Amino acid sequence: MIARGKNASDLFPAVVKNVACKNIEVKKLVYVYLVRYAEEQQDLALLSISTFQRGLKDPNQLIRASALRVLSSIRVTIIVPIMMLAIKEAASDMSPYVRKTAAHAIPKLYSLDPEQKDQLIEVIEKLLADKTTLVAGSVVMAFEEVCPERIDLIHKNYRKLCNLLIDVEEWGQVVIINMLTRYARTQFLNPNVNEALLEEGGGGDKTFYGSDEDEDEDEEEKENKAEAAAMAKRKPYVMDPDHRLLLRNTKPLLQSRNAAVVMAVAQLYFHLAPKAEVGVIAKALVRLLRSHSEVQYVVLQNVATMTIKRRGMFEPYLKSFYIRSTDPTQIKILKLEVLTNLANETNISTILREFQTYIKSMDKDFVAATIQAIGRCATNIGEVRDTCLNGLVQLLSNRDELVVAESVVVIKKLLQMQPEKHSDIIKHMAKLTDNIQVPMARASILWLIGEYCEHVPKIAPDVLRKMAKSFTNEEDIVKLQILNLAAKLYLTNSKQTKLLTQYVLNLAKYDQNYDIRDRARFIRQLIVPTEKSGALSKYAKKLFLALKPAPVLESPFKDRDHFQLGSLSHLLNAKTGGYQELPEWPETAPDPAVRNVEVPEWTKCSSREKRKEKKVEKPFYSDSEGDSGPTESADSGNMELWHHHNIFYHM
Amino acid sequence: MSKHSHHYALGEGLLEKGRNYHFASPVKMIHSLFLINASGDIFLEKHWKSVVSRSVCDYFFEAQERATEPENVPPVIPTPHHYLISVLRHRIYFVAVIQSEVPPLFVIEFLHRVVDTFQDYFGVCTEAAIKDNVVVVYELLEEMLDNGFPLATESNILKELIKPPTILRTMVNTITGSTNVGEQLPTGQLSVVPWRRTGVKYTNNEAYFDVVEEIDVIIDKSGSTITAEIQGVIDACVKLTGMPDLTLSFMNPRLLDDVSFHPCVRFKRWEAERILSFIPPDGNFRLLSYHVSSQNLVAIPVYVKHNITFREGSSQGRFDLTLGPKQTMGKAVESVLVSSQLPRGVLNANLNPSQGTYTFDPVTKLLSWDVGKINPQKLPSLKGTMNLQAGASKPDENPTINIQFKIQQMAISGLKVNRLDMYGEKYKPFKGIKYMTKAGKFQLLY
Repeated sequence: MIARGKNASDLFPAVVKNVACKNIEVKKLVYVYLVRYAEEQQDLALLSISTFQRGLKDPNQLIRASALRVLSSIRVTIIVPIMMLAIKEAASDMSPYVRKTAAHAIPKLYSLDPEQKDQLIEVIEKLLADKTTLVAGSVVMAFEEVCPERIDLIHKNYRKLCNLLIDVEEWGQVVIINMLTRYARTQFLNPNVNEALLEEGGGGDKTFYGSDEDEDEDEEEKENKAEAAAMAKRKPYVMDPDHRLLLRNTKPLLQSRNAAVVMAVAQLYFHLAPKAEVGVIAKALVRLLRSHSEVQYVVLQNVATMTIKRRGMFEPYLKSFYIRSTDPTQIKILKLEVLTNLANETNISTILREFQTYIKSMDKDFVAATIQAIGRCATNIGEVRDTCLNGLVQLLSNRDELVVAESVVVIKKLLQMQPEKHSDIIKHMAKLTDNIQVPMARASILWLIGEYCEHVPKIAPDVLRKMAKSFTNEEDIVKLQILNLAAKLYLTNSKQTKLLTQYVLNLAKYDQNYDIRDRARFIRQLIVPTEKSGALSKYAKKLFLALKPAPVLESPFKDRDHFQLGSLSHLLNAKTGGYQELPEWPETAPDPAVRNVEVPEWTKCSSREKRKEKKVEKPFYSDSEGDSGPTESADSGNMELWHHHNIFYHM
Repeated sequence: MSKHSHHYALGEGLLEKGRNYHFASPVKMIHSLFLINASGDIFLEKHWKSVVSRSVCDYFFEAQERATEPENVPPVIPTPHHYLISVLRHRIYFVAVIQSEVPPLFVIEFLHRVVDTFQDYFGVCTEAAIKDNVVVVYELLEEMLDNGFPLATESNILKELIKPPTILRTMVNTITGSTNVGEQLPTGQLSVVPWRRTGVKYTNNEAYFDVVEEIDVIIDKSGSTITAEIQGVIDACVKLTGMPDLTLSFMNPRLLDDVSFHPCVRFKRWEAERILSFIPPDGNFRLLSYHVSSQNLVAIPVYVKHNITFREGSSQGRFDLTLGPKQTMGKAVESVLVSSQLPRGVLNANLNPSQGTYTFDPVTKLLSWDVGKINPQKLPSLKGTMNLQAGASKPDENPTINIQFKIQQMAISGLKVNRLDMYGEKYKPFKGIKYMTKAGKFQLLY
């Protein structure tokens, strides 16, 4: 009943009675029920508490753990003190499994009663010091939920967490890696600091603000930067060994079967590693593209962001982003985004050839996105602009109207960059108005003709004549552009178009849409001077025929990397609740000694590197195989041999 | 009583508390799960924290309506108070409700793990199977997440906690009144080898490994290969007593430069020696997945000669397709299936297969030809004409041709296992290895 979303709370007393039942399956179902309805029937739920309290003292660790688990899931405020006590006791339990359960219970209690925060932080601090892999993931999760700002609690446990990481269960790994990424950003220096300085310096030269008053400041800034750069040169960057430890210990996890772990390591490298080392994550991310389409969707979004900053990293994998006809449309469009970001002078011809095949796809949304991608390649890479433009012009004779329409829109944007060279294309587009019906495309053509009417002085008035004829049947955006065209022509060539413009304005005056009526009134006042019209009409020509900047076609993924990659906030490009900002690198490194751990039997040694390796207990499993390799072999048979023995299996 | 009226009945006291709790503590990870079938019915829901009303799924339904294809529903949908993260498997949407920041892949990967577990338990993951086993489903979900955070996702551990239903067990349970919940809690969770339970006993000790490779190829019009990649896995079925420690080595480990492992594999040993060293989980598991992409390494086992043409002004088109094997090391290419999405203008097709049968669906325009086995002496072919709809012009879309096939006893990458050794136990296990190659996404652009 609960599963179907029905309300079964009337049965509460009858069900709770069964909590003491011996049958384990009934018991479990009662637990499910109890957790679901306790909040609503608080008094009755209390009846069951004593059973759990007894369970907490059971000699069997598994029973202790499960009693704590259910007890902490009951959302009844009155039992907060009981829960607090139970968690504290469990945190010192002999069994790591019970301690893990205690760590899980912390966020539950915190969400029930946030006032317990200080006491809970004490428990977290205690559990962070735990040396077992079982506890590590759960306690870091509790840390992230209760007190992510208490970065000081991590210092002493940092090296231990790095060393345990590989043996922690997958989900815990994700949480720990994400937390350590933030930690590293507050404690270590930017390994790419020289690059960052150079970049900034370069930006300064171009005088970003471009205005005169800023010049002095700019000068000063430049000096500062030069000084900083010089400083950087004098004092070469040395990576903190702890920073190196983190990078080294997370790298093998790129081979995890769990996509979330791979992504976590990838974002760690992207945010923390020196530029030269980030490349290792590309292969692992490309591998994830072979996974379920939802995984692809998330990975491609992150790759799209990465390709903007570190394009080179994915260039060798260009072909992995080629689109298959069986890909879902949303995947195709993301891959297009990545391909567009990866395009440069050397690979553009290959990419364009690939795009050509996409245009023939039957998936029209995808074709439209491809045409836009071609437009972006054309803007970004000057060498191929004419090739792209010619290709797009050819598409204008495509049989599919949507293809033509999309091409028109993109061509319009491209032509704005160098209109004088392309009056023949504008002429060609003018002819299209007879056939093409898609409103957006018609509007784009009309805008183009109006804007560049000087380049097509003969055709423009004729187009206006045709449009005047069909005005009443056009869509609103087309009507607006007809008015625009009329106004511009009136200003440049009033002899031929005066009457037409008057006619169009009159039609618009009585249009059903108020935007169009408004626009008509506005234009009339501006371009047809009367005694009433104000000073503005003198500037009508400047207003309408001002030189407009060409649109910038840039990636929607630009600058998304200010969100921590792999996060929900990054995916949605909006800050979600509970998102922890990724801190900027500190200017100077905080004291690395805070991470030192006092170990009595161990005397001081000159090299920190060495110290760290010895200090922390070796993880039991993954590290032990090196020296204590298997000694006795029960069987050392050759594979080839048992291929024959096992002939049935071959069939 | 409906859920909505019920919510209102809770009164203001709770409402206030709810708000307080929203700001004070971002509740992380997975809040609730809804299962939605192809016709848009919510047929199962599970809440790990306070209950989220079903109406949150309305946002999902809106997105579903906007999507042209079922697989085009965005996996992450923001709503005013929650985020919906979903996966689509077996025509069921698994929709997780999230309240605050969490890595989306974390949730997606978990949801897939849930589906894998259901499939493992019930054989299939369908609406009917889930409804028939609703108690087990509930128990599984309860164990897999604690307060929205993954707890036991390893199938070995789950199977110790909750026994999978079998016909025999269901019968026995009904008669004796016993249950399918394990009497003892799992031992694996307590050990340093969390994926393996202790005290495993078998009379026949055996370890089987299946090397299965899927080859993905795109070939263009001119017959040249655009991409060719191999996606391989080694699936294992290990039934060995005690705590065996296995090592598996390869004749040509250099092929494996892009791999991902089951957590049991020791990373460092692999990095140093290119040997897989691991204590296996008990039963079936995927030991590793790998990816071979350099084109010179990838042999393409099938070639296709095709000629599909439409002429301007004619209402007929020609269809001519021949298949042949190459580089198969003498192994037979079997279970061959050719399918192609013909252009929309095609009304019907009149074709003649040299072997097998073909069908053409006039509604979806999907042509599929069940070829069977390729005989290298007598190559299979499909020839004939296609008729266009009256008045339809020459189609300008490109049909692609997709091919499926299987080749037994061969891994197309050439990967070969060298030997398997067992340490830590004294008995002699029975060992076997099997190779197979399948077509993955094998496409020809025409």
